[in-house]
Amino acid sequence: MGSSSSSMENIPNAERLMQETGFSAAHILNLYERFEFLDRDERGELRPEDFGALRELAMNPIGDRIISAFFRPGMETVDFPSFVRVLANFRPTETNRARDYSRIRKLRFAFQLYDQDSDGKISREELLQVLRSMLGTQVTEEQLQSIAERAIQEADLDQDDAISFDEFKKSLEKVNIEQKMSICSLR
Amino acid sequence: MGATWRFALLLCMVLMVSRSLANEDTGHATGSDAGTTSSPGHQTDSGHGTGEEDSSHGESGHGEEPITTLPIVSWKWHHVSTPYIVVLWVLVSWLCKIVIESNHHVTNIIPESALLICFGFVLGGIIWGADGVQTFTLTPNVFFFYLLPQIILDAGYSMPNKLFFSNMGAILIYAVIGTCWNAASLGLSLWGCHMGGAMGDLDIGLLQYLLFGSLIAAVDPVAVIAVFEQVHVNEVLFILVFGESLLNDGVTVVLFNVFDAFVSLGGPQIDAVEIIKGIVSFFVVAFGGSLVGFVFGLLISFLTRGTKNIQIIEPGFVFVLGYLSYLTAEMLSLSAILSIVFCGMCCQKYINTNMDERSVTTVRYVMKVLANGSETIIFVFLGISAIDKTIWVWNTGFILLTLFFIFIYRFIGVFFLTWILNRYRLVRVEFIDQLIMSYGGLRGAVAYGLATMLDENKIKEKNLMVCTSLIVVYFTVILQGITMKPLVNWLKVKRAAVTDITLVEKLQNKVFDHMLVAIEDISGQIGHNYMRDKWNQFEEKWMSRILMKPSARKSRDYVFNVFHKLNLKDAMSYVAEGERRGSLEFIRNETAIIDFKKKFGDDFSDVMPDITADTSDDHGAMSSMRRDTVPSISLEMHEQTMNGMRESEDINTHHLLQQHLYKGRKQHRHRYSRSHFDTNKDENEVQEIFQRTMRSRLESFKSTKMGVAPPKAISKHPKKDQQQKMPNGKSRDKSKTNYSGDEDFEFSEGDNASGYEASGHSFPMRVTYRAGAGIENPAFMPDLDPLAPVQTHPWLSELELDSSRVAPSQRAQVRLPRGPSDLRRLAPPRISTRSDDSFLQADVPLTPPPPATPAPPPYHYDGSM
Repeated sequence: MGSSSSSMENIPNAERLMQETGFSAAHILNLYERFEFLDRDERGELRPEDFGALRELAMNPIGDRIISAFFRPGMETVDFPSFVRVLANFRPTETNRARDYSRIRKLRFAFQLYDQDSDGKISREELLQVLRSMLGTQVTEEQLQSIAERAIQEADLDQDDAISFDEFKKSLEKVNIEQKMSICSLR
Repeated sequence: MGATWRFALLLCMVLMVSRSLANEDTGHATGSDAGTTSSPGHQTDSGHGTGEEDSSHGESGHGEEPITTLPIVSWKWHHVSTPYIVVLWVLVSWLCKIVIESNHHVTNIIPESALLICFGFVLGGIIWGADGVQTFTLTPNVFFFYLLPQIILDAGYSMPNKLFFSNMGAILIYAVIGTCWNAASLGLSLWGCHMGGAMGDLDIGLLQYLLFGSLIAAVDPVAVIAVFEQVHVNEVLFILVFGESLLNDGVTVVLFNVFDAFVSLGGPQIDAVEIIKGIVSFFVVAFGGSLVGFVFGLLISFLTRGTKNIQIIEPGFVFVLGYLSYLTAEMLSLSAILSIVFCGMCCQKYINTNMDERSVTTVRYVMKVLANGSETIIFVFLGISAIDKTIWVWNTGFILLTLFFIFIYRFIGVFFLTWILNRYRLVRVEFIDQLIMSYGGLRGAVAYGLATMLDENKIKEKNLMVCTSLIVVYFTVILQGITMKPLVNWLKVKRAAVTDITLVEKLQNKVFDHMLVAIEDISGQIGHNYMRDKWNQFEEKWMSRILMKPSARKSRDYVFNVFHKLNLKDAMSYVAEGERRGSLEFIRNETAIIDFKKKFGDDFSDVMPDITADTSDDHGAMSSMRRDTVPSISLEMHEQTMNGMRESEDINTHHLLQQHLYKGRKQHRHRYSRSHFDTNKDENEVQEIFQRTMRSRLESFKSTKMGVAPPKAISKHPKKDQQQKMPNGKSRDKSKTNYSGDEDFEFSEGDNASGYEASGHSFPMRVTYRAGAGIENPAFMPDLDPLAPVQTHPWLSELELDSSRVAPSQRAQVRLPRGPSDLRRLAPPRISTRSDDSFLQADVPLTPPPPATPAPPPYHYDGSM
């Protein structure tokens, strides 16, 4: 434990982060190691290229979106606290009380993967982009269009031809977000 | 029809075998216990026209009798009888499989393994009817030396290592403690019941009960995988069951040997020392076996470093050394099963990188052929062995109690162990998973093999034990196997009602999958990652250095960067190919073609009769190739043309989405299947995603570069990399380029040849439709926009030149003017968002605007059709 506490001191704001995110010290430490591992130039912040160096992410059809979800709009880099905060979205929650809140947070994260211009709505074009990256090359543009069309029709309650966050939430009502968006090792 | 015909053939074959076996004696492999049964065999005389040598072995190839004249041909049955019969049996078993697999609606309900056993019953009945005695049974020798090793090697080789090791603790506990628990509890309970008088007069002591318990304790990987591969369960559950069944085979053999020794020693001589020795030997045997396997695995890896010049037999080393590790462990009386498991697990990573891509494919396929083949043989023979009067000794109490206890103690053991494990595990094993795991405790051929190995002199009731283990096998494989799928489905349905899922949900579920994978990748495997880190460092530093080809190692490291920089061209060709494939994909669908033809015929037949004729030709040619089209989709399409209702369109959209969504890595990682080899598709898919990502990244990189004042940090980094890696990266990259191109080609070839319905089907289309290559998948158009057409087109036509070599200029002429917009203009306007749209588009260029230009030569017939 001695070594861990000593390196714990290297982490800025470790205490506050722990309170804020609910991660344990060991988690923070682990994440910090990971952060340092990703941060090859040792500048204390990550750029998109650092994420891009993970080979597995290149295999992920929405890898780029996930990477960009780490960066706040307009920012070129992400520092450790923000990094941890993003990952904290994926913590499983223990208590029922926290669950509703965490569900919304998780959904927010998922929503923002679609909503690239962050106007609070998933437009048809944004949905199409996601579909384009998620579907195999066998699907033609017309088919993509029709899928997007139907998906929006299904979810769109106020007929504005876009999916707002509330509509998004509503359409995923039956999905067990807690289970789908939690990583056990982050418990 | 085909099935009945095949069945008739099979029966002929069987009769032939059973006739010929009348002549047969001890020599053949499947009947090495035939010493007792061979003499009756001679009494049924069959009319083989040669002199009957009465020698008891098949060594009589060359005439002992003096010949008077030179025979032109002679009948030498005994000369070939042993291998002949073996091969015939293999053939017969595989024919059974053909028959079974030709009826999918049956295999959907009853697992294949159960059906194979039933076929075995029939075959056994025929043999028994012909001979009056069971001449062929599964002998332990054949089973353990010739049938089991390849199955276990295959399982080890295709083991998802990461998953296995992250669940190692649980697997070990289930395999070791669970098996011991099963053995001990069953033995003791049976003994208790015996003492209580539940099974009448039996000459079985406590030790012998324990011996019996140990032989029947192990869950059998053959049976379990055969059932579980049809039931798709989550990956943790799968690896738990899979790993457990693999390892506990080893454990049970060890346990069996220990108790066997105890039985030989006899009760009174067993004291504390002997028991301690037994425990020690248990661990020595288990770990020693694993160690032997490990060493051999490293040896294979090391050897494949140097097999560049003998690529043809490269794959052979894996099998030879794998088998050798099995035999070595057996020789040292260590656990052979564990040895070959670990051998396969250790070598997989290194040989996959060391060997040529083609050799790796060969290894995989041959592994599957051997494993699946011998699995089939095992099940058939399990059935055949049943039809034998000599082993049937009925004792209701013993048999029923055994069944009962096995079932109960499996449940108790799994639940108790999971309860303990769940206190330490991060991923809890859910209640339902525990239920499935307990219920999946199928016993198999190992139990039977061990039972037949019992020494009749020491264990008076051997036949009862053999018979009981057979019944247990039948009960678990057939009954539990059949009920497994409904049970899983039922529990699943209860867990998540997936009946009415919306498109958004469907899409989002996939997004979740990908997202979790990505986040795991980003955050690293937190938790037990320290050990793994250390191991990886060690592995990287020492093992990879020693065991991997230097070139393979480097390309592993730099492949990312090099690919990034220099493979734009490759990615582009892939995309170009994807366009072709994408737009032509739905030609596959026969109904679509028929519908199309109908429409088309109505619209155009008067104008262009010959074209319709062509399409029909084309259709015939294609339908022969694409017989395994998914029927459901054509149904939907058909429906759609019938009424064009919104609902059917809806179904269609759902279906489309379902079919073409990329799978998350999580989903296909655990799909081990002995009978299907479907990783190709996944690999292609991964590559597809990879190249798409690379392309978009490269474009963004380009655009930033071409735009105003590129951020220094961004442009500096890759440049440096590139310069660094160019000198030594070039040749490697070349090979890499070839590799990816080749791979695509070869896999599709292979797929077609073997009738797999993987992505390969589109390949012939690509070849055939080269001429229509100009049809671009609109899906890519927005992406292509940033690339100036000046850049794309010369290159594309260059590709055309390369690939076709026939009248390039003309082709280019034909091709270039066609853009998606043209096509859409040409397509009948009333069909808009239909999925067979693409088909229409694809073929519309073939029908030129009626009078003005002559029809372009039908290029798409110049291909392989």
